[in-house]
Parts: sequence; structure tokens; C-alpha cells
Amino acid sequence: MLRDITIGQYYPAKSVMHRLDPRVKFVGTLAYIVSLFIFNSWIGYVISALFLAVMVKLSKVPLKFIVKGLKAIVVLLLISMFFNAIFTPGHVVFKVWIIQVTEEGLILAAKIGIRLILLIIGASLMTLTTTPNQLTDGLERLMKPLNKIHVPVHEIAMLMSIALRFIPILMEETDKIMKAQIARGADFESGNLIHKVKSMIPLLVPLFISAFRRANDLAMAMEARCYHGGDGRTQMKPLVYKKRDMAAYAVLVVYLAAAVAMRMIGI
Amino acid sequence: MSIKLEHVTYTYSPGTAYEMHALKDVSLEIPDGQFLGIIGHTGSGKSTLIQHLNGLIRPTQGRVLFDGQDVWAEGYDLKSLRSNVGLVFQYPEHQLFETDVLTDVCFGPKNQGCTPEQCEERAREALRHVGFPEELYHKSPFELSGGQKRRVAIAGVLAMNPRVLVLDEPTAGLDPKGRDEILDQLKELHGTRGITVVLVSHSMEDIAKYVERIIVMNGGQKAFDAAPKEVFSHYKELEAMGLAAPQITYIMHALKEHGMDVDTSATTVEEAKQSILAALAERREKQC
Ligand SMILES: Nc1ncnc2c1ncn2[C@@H]1O[C@H](COP(=O)(O)OP(=O)(O)OP(=O)(O)O)[C@@H](O)[C@H]1O
Ligand SMILES: [Mg+2]
Repeated sequence: MLRDITIGQYYPAKSVMHRLDPRVKFVGTLAYIVSLFIFNSWIGYVISALFLAVMVKLSKVPLKFIVKGLKAIVVLLLISMFFNAIFTPGHVVFKVWIIQVTEEGLILAAKIGIRLILLIIGASLMTLTTTPNQLTDGLERLMKPLNKIHVPVHEIAMLMSIALRFIPILMEETDKIMKAQIARGADFESGNLIHKVKSMIPLLVPLFISAFRRANDLAMAMEARCYHGGDGRTQMKPLVYKKRDMAAYAVLVVYLAAAVAMRMIGI
Repeated sequence: MSIKLEHVTYTYSPGTAYEMHALKDVSLEIPDGQFLGIIGHTGSGKSTLIQHLNGLIRPTQGRVLFDGQDVWAEGYDLKSLRSNVGLVFQYPEHQLFETDVLTDVCFGPKNQGCTPEQCEERAREALRHVGFPEELYHKSPFELSGGQKRRVAIAGVLAMNPRVLVLDEPTAGLDPKGRDEILDQLKELHGTRGITVVLVSHSMEDIAKYVERIIVMNGGQKAFDAAPKEVFSHYKELEAMGLAAPQITYIMHALKEHGMDVDTSATTVEEAKQSILAALAERREKQC
């Protein structure tokens, strides 16, 4: 059940996208999101969709898997499209009671829908092809300049990677405890709200205890290995840009330049 | 009155990159009153298998029958199945949550709809059965030792008065004395209450003494399903699966190879002793 959420999951495969430096992928994702807001014409959307399609193809992640992740945001998507369609003033197409749908609204809704879908796929492509560890490594390196103004970059990155690492562990734990309590006759589904909240106690108490125990163990293990924060810490596999990363940056620059140029000349 | 699995296949996360076939076409029947052992290497699918026994997970393919009825048929009362088949998970002490031991053990009976008095009566009986000292009944479960927690957790399931008790490695991480105590108490329960007991383990030594039948799991499939003596006679194959027969089996085979006429199917120290003494007596007779 919980495992069906694919947003933010890693999909192991051997592809160029997987091998790219996480920094490239992070910057690339940001650039792609920016480009979605620069493009403002149908032809622009076609280009960005094509660009994404090529990236997906390169990543070797099955399209089915990506689409499954979209299911989680369908509701959000529909709501934002709906409100755009009814609240945009303009030429009225049809009217039901006090709700009026305008031509401009429909176009805007379609654009928002396309943008959101492309944005989500683009962002999930990054997490699908990058392990959480790589991602935090990349972020740490990208944010390093902030160290100068006393932002604890390493600590933030460490926090992030621990949090990311704990999500699947806690999900598994939840699953286990839930099953154990169901075996003892617990009922997590039926009943009214108060009953449901109450029935969560047998799940939440052991879950919290286990989370604290794990956190404690982890802290102890880190200390036992002389972890003392980011100062003077070196990496086992330092990130180094390769040729392919430079090529990827070049592609990104061309893509963004095209987006800006098209916006300027108005197509 | 029995549990029956028919061609059960179970796949974790089907259709994703993490697809994992944990069980492949497993069929078995557990008759009433049996003391059954399930053995297998780490990851062989034991825990997955037993979660089918009380309807916690639904087989990807195949059927699970309890008293001849398909438990996944429309309208089947899974709740009653779960009070008939009690399942004690691996490391069950992680599921304790109440403020004191007695209340925690009462959780199961309470969910079955017992009155508070009945709950307490059952809880006390269950705690007695697992040999939990009475002076600790009102302590917080989190202040107990690992072995004591384990007993409380087992009592929590026992208090539901199940007809079938399934335990997933109940002795993992316990000292030899604690292990023997728990297993002896299970044996006694099996005798006095007449319940069916399914014991999961990866140590032959542990269960050889107690069970009347052993199912060996290997890579999600049933490798052997027979009486302990029969299973141990395949000790070479067991080794290939990362398991081992009890030490006695090895000794008896070695003795036999050296020309002593002993019974190689002995599984416990006591049986082995009898057999070796008999063989020695025979030899002495011949020499005279
Ligand atoms: N929740 C899960 N999601 C995905 N795969 C799982 C899950 N639980 C178990 N598996 C996989 O299924 C296989 C069988 O696991 P199972 O827990 O049944 O083994 P086991 O025989 O109980 O092992 P152990 O002796 O270590 O307890 C393993 O390969 C495991 O990796
Ligand atoms: Mg197991």
C-alpha cells in the first residue's frame, strides 16, 4: 500500500542519466523547471515535452513506472485546472449556475496542466535516477559557497540524507507493526474518526519507540566512528565532473537559450 | 479443521524494479493438533509463508483454506480467522505499547470483545503459561529484559485463545536457558491445550526435539516436508541449502562409518545414547 508511492523513489538501472553527476542533474532539473515557465506557446510546450521524452528514454526508466508516480498528484492537478478554468475572466463558453467557464480559462487550465505534469515528471526523473546519497552529496557540493556565510551546509546535507534513508525503514517498520497488531485483532479501518484516532495508538507508540531507538543507535554508531561534523571531512568518492557532465551542461545551455530566444521573439 | 495452502505464490512489489518472488507454488496442509517446524535459510520465505496462515497477506496466486473455506473469498470473516490462528512475529517485543504488562496482554482479548474481567483472567492465564513472574504484571513493558518482553508478547497472542499458534523465531536472540524454557512451555501448551503449533526457526538443533514434522523452505519453495528423522537423513542436501542437521546426526553417521552398528536416524542426545549403548553391549557380547 505505502509502497505504491513512486515519487521520490530510486529506480536502479544502468543508463547515462544514472551515471551523470548529481550536480548536473540537480541544476538540470532546476533549469528545466525554469524553462517550463519561460515557454509560453504551444510550440514551446512541444519542445519541452520532446526534451523530457528524450531524457526519459535515456534514463531507461520504464514510462509505466513514471506514470504510476503521477497518480498521486492527479487530484491536485484536477483541482488547480478546475479553478483556473472557472476563475479566469474572459469570453464565456458555457455557464452552469454561477460557475462560468471561459475560453481563456480553458486554455490556461490546459497550460497549467501540461506544465505541472512536465514539472513532476522532470523532478521525479532526477530522484528516479539518483540515489538519495548521491543527491545529498551533490547538494552539499553545490551549496558549499554558503559555508562562507556560516550556513552549516554539511550538517544540512547529513540531516537530509539520514531523513531520506529513514523513510523506507520507517515505512517497513509501520507495515510490520501494523500486521502484528492486526494479528492481535486490532482494526485500523472501521469506526468513526475518534475511534480511528484511538486505534492508531497501538501503531504509533511502538513506531515512535522504534524510531527513537534507531536514532539513538545511529547516533551512537556515528560517534563510535568519530563523526564530528563536516570540518576536515573528506569523501570516499568525491564528485568529479567528467566529459559527459560537461556535454550535459552544454545541452542544458542550448536548451535554455532556445527557450529564452523563443520567448523574446514571441513564439 | 485444518489450514491448507494450495499452490501459493507470493510476489513483493510486483511490476516494479524491486519485484521479489518470495514464495513459488507452495502447497501444504497443517492438520489439527500437529507440532510443526518450518526451517529455512535467511530469506527463504518463512516469514512470508506464515503470514498467509492468518490472512495477513493475500497470495498473488493460489488459495488459502481454513476448515475447507477459502479465506479470501467474498465475505469471509478474516477477523475470526485471526483469532483462531494466533501469529507471533519475529521480534514480537517491538509491538508492545501499553503502560503495563497486564493491559498489553489484554489487548488481544479486548479486540475479540471480551469483558474486562474475562480479559484479565485470560491475560493472567496466558502470562502463567509463558512463565512470566507475577510480581512484574504491573510493570511497564519497556522496563523488562529482552526475554521477559518476548514472553509478554507471546502471552499477548496466547491470550486470544487461538486454536493454532504460529511463532516466527520465538527464540532468536535468547540465551540457551531462555530458549529451552520457552520451547518447553510451548510443548506443554501443545499437550495440555491441544493446540496446533507452528514453529519457525533456522536452527535444526532447536526444534529437532520438539516437532513431529518439518517443512524445509529453500528459495521460496518447499524442499522437504517429512518427519524430522527423514529430513535429517538428507543432511548433505540440507548443507547445500545453508542449513545443518543436528550435531547428533553427524556423530551417528561418523560412528556408523567406523563400523559401529548405531541408528543413524537418532536426533536427540537421549536417543543417541540409547543407540550407542546398545551397539556397545552387542559388540561386547560378540567378543565374549
Ligand atoms: N516487505 C517486503 N518487501 C519486499 N521484499 C520482501 C519483504 N519482506 C521480505 N521480502 C523478501 O522476500 C524474501 C523472503 O523473505 P522472508 O522474510 O519471508 O524470509 P525469512 O525466511 O523469514 O528470512 P529470515 O530467516 O531472515 O527471517 C526475502 O528475499 C526478502 O528480501
Ligand atoms: Mg523471517
